[in-house]
Amino acid sequence: MPLPRTRGTALRHRLAELRGPDVPAKALDARALAALAANPGCKRRAILDGAGVNKAALANALGSPSVFGQSQFAFTRGNTFEAKVKADGGAELLRLVHEKLDRTAEPPAHARVPELTATGPEGRTARTALALREATEARGEWTLFDHPMLALDVAGSPAFLEPDAVVVHPDGSWTVVEIKSFPMLDGSADPAKVGAAARQAAVYVLALERIAARLASDSAPAPRVRHRVLLVCPKDFSNLPTASAVDVRKQRAVTARQLARLTRIEDIADTLPDGTCFSPDLPAADLTTAVESVPATYAPECLSACELAFHCRARSRASGAVTSLGRSVRAELGGLTTVEDVLSAARGETGDPDDPAVAALRRAARLRAEALGVEVAACR
Amino acid sequence: MSLIATLARLEAVHTGRAQPAATVRHRHLSDRPLVFVPLTTAGEAGAPLGALVGTDRDAPHLLVVPQPRDRDLRFAFLAELADVVLPYIDTHADAVEAAERNETDPETGKRVKVEVELCADAPQLIVPSRAGVDYVRLLGRSMRFRRTADQDPETPYPAPPRVPLLGRWLTHFGERARVPGSSLLLAMTDVLSRHWATGQSTLEDQHLGALLAWIAPPEGETGAEAALRAELARDREGQLLWPPAGPATDPAFDNKLLAPAIDRYDRARTALAAAEDGLEADDRLGDLTAAEREIRALVESRTRPTWDAVWHGLDLLRSHLPEAGRHVEERWTRDRWSFTGHRDRVLAGEPPQPRRDDAVTAANKLSAREREQARLEAQEALDDPLVMAGRRLAGEAFAGEVTEVVMAYSEGKRPSPRPLVTVRTDDRPHLGERAKVFRSLGGKPQAAEFVGYEETLGKDGNDGENGPGGEDGGVLLVLRVLDKMGRGKEPEAGSVPEKGDRVCFTLFEHEQRGGAKLPEPEETPWTHGGPPGEQVPEAADPLTEEDVL
Repeated sequence: MPLPRTRGTALRHRLAELRGPDVPAKALDARALAALAANPGCKRRAILDGAGVNKAALANALGSPSVFGQSQFAFTRGNTFEAKVKADGGAELLRLVHEKLDRTAEPPAHARVPELTATGPEGRTARTALALREATEARGEWTLFDHPMLALDVAGSPAFLEPDAVVVHPDGSWTVVEIKSFPMLDGSADPAKVGAAARQAAVYVLALERIAARLASDSAPAPRVRHRVLLVCPKDFSNLPTASAVDVRKQRAVTARQLARLTRIEDIADTLPDGTCFSPDLPAADLTTAVESVPATYAPECLSACELAFHCRARSRASGAVTSLGRSVRAELGGLTTVEDVLSAARGETGDPDDPAVAALRRAARLRAEALGVEVAACR
Repeated sequence: MSLIATLARLEAVHTGRAQPAATVRHRHLSDRPLVFVPLTTAGEAGAPLGALVGTDRDAPHLLVVPQPRDRDLRFAFLAELADVVLPYIDTHADAVEAAERNETDPETGKRVKVEVELCADAPQLIVPSRAGVDYVRLLGRSMRFRRTADQDPETPYPAPPRVPLLGRWLTHFGERARVPGSSLLLAMTDVLSRHWATGQSTLEDQHLGALLAWIAPPEGETGAEAALRAELARDREGQLLWPPAGPATDPAFDNKLLAPAIDRYDRARTALAAAEDGLEADDRLGDLTAAEREIRALVESRTRPTWDAVWHGLDLLRSHLPEAGRHVEERWTRDRWSFTGHRDRVLAGEPPQPRRDDAVTAANKLSAREREQARLEAQEALDDPLVMAGRRLAGEAFAGEVTEVVMAYSEGKRPSPRPLVTVRTDDRPHLGERAKVFRSLGGKPQAAEFVGYEETLGKDGNDGENGPGGEDGGVLLVLRVLDKMGRGKEPEAGSVPEKGDRVCFTLFEHEQRGGAKLPEPEETPWTHGGPPGEQVPEAADPLTEEDVL
């Protein structure tokens, strides 16, 4: 007799069907997290990420390959740097945590580095949670978690996250550590990259807070997850680590709010026609139909955050959407959403002259024509 | 983006070609600019891979670092770069003209005029994109604290003689590029997108190839199609047909072509070092040279298209747009002053620019940038009717016809002319009570005061009809002209608009006044860290094991 399907397992089955038979789920990586923050309203991205679809493979199959790739030089350098930071039982890393975040605590002479290996992401998540509990109870000691696994509920399905490191302080509080290979030059780094790192770390903080809440009991309050994370970067032009505390309260609040209002994946899944599947093995035409069955909200910012962006851009341009020129463009045009609508309104062929957006457009068109010395095409 | 610019973008989408965003050229272009197309190594800070540089579009200098992580090769690259850039700078430093500058006399404390030198022309560096400007800064920072063997015989890895000097110059160029309207160091994408509106977003305009594709699409193709090819088209080996303008390279190029070539080079070098006799060494030297030549060819193949694109951009700017004249010239003179100032600092033996500015210097830089931004906005509007149209749309300026001039005089012992001018305009300026407005009179701003709308004065009695937003959209407004009419009782000829004249007034000032003066650095208040104290020479960056391979 089959077991009664709960809502949770039903969704998991549904998402597996969307992914296609025998296609493994892809974990939510840093880029997906960034996209989450950059474009929370996009249903297409939400369902594809939620179902663990490999969007890069999907984009290839659709004929609009993404341009993301990592140079092996950057990859090697990043790995070397991370290894160097964590070398020697994380001595250097803990020294930086102590110096930048917790100067009043005992200096970390030695630290516990718990073993976190287990089978599968679920196993590793459970192992991490257990080790976190032990470390928090072991007051007065420093503990370094090297690549722990955390789970965060994103739009109704668990996403697995792997921070570079988490440190448990002697007072039992937790700190997220992000190790990046872009340089900190004279104490300052590229603000865009720091922002991306902060958004990523904020997601880890949220995931840790969920675990911490579960550790709370009558005898002990939930351990504190620090809202200042440690960003470790190479110093100037060298390979020596330097670090800076980054306050992620704002990013944490934004992400928490976006996670809460994310369109629930099951609701999106319910709107899809039966048999929809995003397996990259399907013919391009079928995939296009499948992808088109979920609405996207494309904006040029997607180009730096989402593998599917070139596909969505081509669609957006083909439909003449003004948003393909930028969100701000869309904002100043009121109810006019396509290029043709706007231009014909500006020429005075369509549109209500009492609509302030239309009136402003006509004035703009007239002034522009006057400045360029062309005959004014439209009556005023 | 103003609505006018948005409209231009939409027209570009519609017509498939970039549309004008300016009617004149708002940036100075040197007759002999130095174009610099650098490439960098992914993941490393300040590890150049190569560059094309030079003033002759047909004969660029190709500089290559076959193993970017080798310090000696990096120094060799920087020394070669110095050999191209510094002579170019020197040719401009030597030709001077006499100029005057206001200085405070140290003894009397009065402002006096002093005779100084001003370089007759300044060098101009052009890079493909904004990332290139940042890279110039980064290179400058990586070099200016290095020590040569002459400066410090003890230094473990002395830099070649002119490298620290090149670092100081590149730092100066990078710093100057942050001043709005300056042209010492220009990013081609910025200059092009200032003058043309494409049918893509500003983000996509950062791609030089795509931007040029919109401005000058090939015969029979729309800008959108050509731009898409420039962005994404790859050959059968998966390499981009139009490599990115840099300094970052395409990961596919790094992984498939560059990494194997560098491996071959490394192997050839190890083999050469292990050679046991002269004959064997000769053989292996041949291998090494071949490996190096291969990397040079790769770097050239990725920089040459960008090099050509930059020159193509220069052609377009020169052939399509006349230079805006006086104001562009004036801003270029400021660039010449900036160049001359730095030349003098170098000649006087001052230390390189510090890692961090002190409080007063930083505040001065910020206020200078704000002032230059305001100046640039005002000057561009005065130079270019299309920019002025944007200001008119925003209610910050108005143009119209003079319908009436009534002579009036100020009250007081010596009455001066204060004529009342009525202007009919279709624009909708945001005029407050007694708001000051300005028009350009022979290149100088003439001020007037807003008196009121015609019907509120009740002169013609048909109130409301010509009021703001009247039936035909036009308004009549009355202005009182305040200055530039000479000293006499009657205004000088031509200083007051006449009936039937077309006039254009702005609500913003044409010339920027400096802000409040900041204290001297020695008098920095304690709230801002106190006086910086005696300047200590900044130490060079410590060298770490990782630099040496």
